[in-house]
Amino acid sequence: MADKILKQIKVKVWRQKGPKTKGKFETYIVNDISTGTSFLEMMDILNDNLIREGKEPIAFDHDCREGICGVCSLYVNGRPHGPDDDVTTCQLHMRKFKDGETITIEPYRSKAFPIIKDLIVERNAFDRILQAGGYISINTGGVPDGNAIPVSYDDAEAAMDAASCIGCGACVAACKNASAMLFVSAKVSHLARLPQGKVEAARRAKSMVAKMDELGFGNCTNTGACEAECPKGISISNIAKLNREYLCAKIKD
Amino acid sequence: MFMSSFMKSSIGRKVLVSLSGLFLMVFLLVHLAVNLTLIFDDTGDLFNQAAHFMATNPAIKIMEPALALGFVIHILYTIIVTVSNYMARPARYDKRNSKETGGWPSRNMFFLGSTILVFLVIHVWNFFWKMRVSGDPLLDHIMIDGEQMENSYNLVATLFKTSYIYSSIYILGVISLGLHLSHGFWSAFHTIGLNNDVWMPRLRNIAVVYAAIIAGGFIAIPVYFMIFF
Repeated sequence: MADKILKQIKVKVWRQKGPKTKGKFETYIVNDISTGTSFLEMMDILNDNLIREGKEPIAFDHDCREGICGVCSLYVNGRPHGPDDDVTTCQLHMRKFKDGETITIEPYRSKAFPIIKDLIVERNAFDRILQAGGYISINTGGVPDGNAIPVSYDDAEAAMDAASCIGCGACVAACKNASAMLFVSAKVSHLARLPQGKVEAARRAKSMVAKMDELGFGNCTNTGACEAECPKGISISNIAKLNREYLCAKIKD
Repeated sequence: MFMSSFMKSSIGRKVLVSLSGLFLMVFLLVHLAVNLTLIFDDTGDLFNQAAHFMATNPAIKIMEPALALGFVIHILYTIIVTVSNYMARPARYDKRNSKETGGWPSRNMFFLGSTILVFLVIHVWNFFWKMRVSGDPLLDHIMIDGEQMENSYNLVATLFKTSYIYSSIYILGVISLGLHLSHGFWSAFHTIGLNNDVWMPRLRNIAVVYAAIIAGGFIAIPVYFMIFF
């Protein structure tokens, strides 16, 4: 069955020339978009139109387009990654929109994620948090034999769930406090649950939280907006785990 | 060294808000237990004895400044956290449609808390201040079981019986408190790290039950006086 065609949609986009310049919304009209089109393909079509008209195309982040790299961002119609659950923007399709609808596209807004251009924000604050302790210091060598180090099924599952974080920043974008706690907690709880990561758990929790605070992210108030918008469905239970790890580490000091 | 770096960290500040919040939640249970004596004895003797005990018992006297400190820490650190949260997003979104798993109260804790603070000032002015500091003509001295004490029941019951406006303010304040607690209760445990996937639904349910007991209990008092007097 052929996909339905959206005859006309209005796209209201945030345009900003550079980090220091003042931005504003501009509205563009896009005609004849198939509902089977992905959201980013619609953006490509819009950009193609803009280039043909001699206008500056809209700058936006994208890479793998299969929901695993975490590069695509966009705050579409009031939600990070748009109006669908458990997806990244590249996995969002135009069937989620209605004919004639005005689609509002904004960049992620947070002090720690400054805008570079249009819809592209600088997210290397996450890299800096990871560099502060989101790793295992020892060389773990090649792939070990299965079950050489016993890991309980529950821990393995919970660690894997946390490890599914792709660092896209939707948690920060969705949080009313622009807090990075879901991201940091996913990394801390992923590593703290496994024998290789447990050794440095205390140091890791302290340094990652210190870096997160330093970079100007807000404080978590447990609203759960992050877990509702996380494309990987990471639970805020990880935040409780991070709080526990951090408190235990601080008390031992 | 530990305390200073801890209290400057985001988690440290929130732990202080949580611990002071948990302390205030215990206080609310005691407060409710004492106040419910208002509706179980219309002569007022039971409430007067309870109020007299709360005013004179040495253990309670020690806890009074601790309670005041609990309020100060809870409010002060909430303001610090809220200001820093506001600064973390200098530019607002044009359109916002995110869903929260925590529901409406979780987004509006500061608003609800501010409402409770306004109510608290009125509340302290009406009762605590008159009983302990300024005095009031309604607080005539009475004798119960050979002991002289202030007629606190007279002050409280008269206000609820005569002023529908005050009773309404009281009920609105308590509703704000109930909503605040429905998030605050489980959130406090979450922040001090006592939560996981198994306990999340349990704590959220206990939070609703606790908030309903506190809100329902306190609302019952003005409603009782409005209906029966």
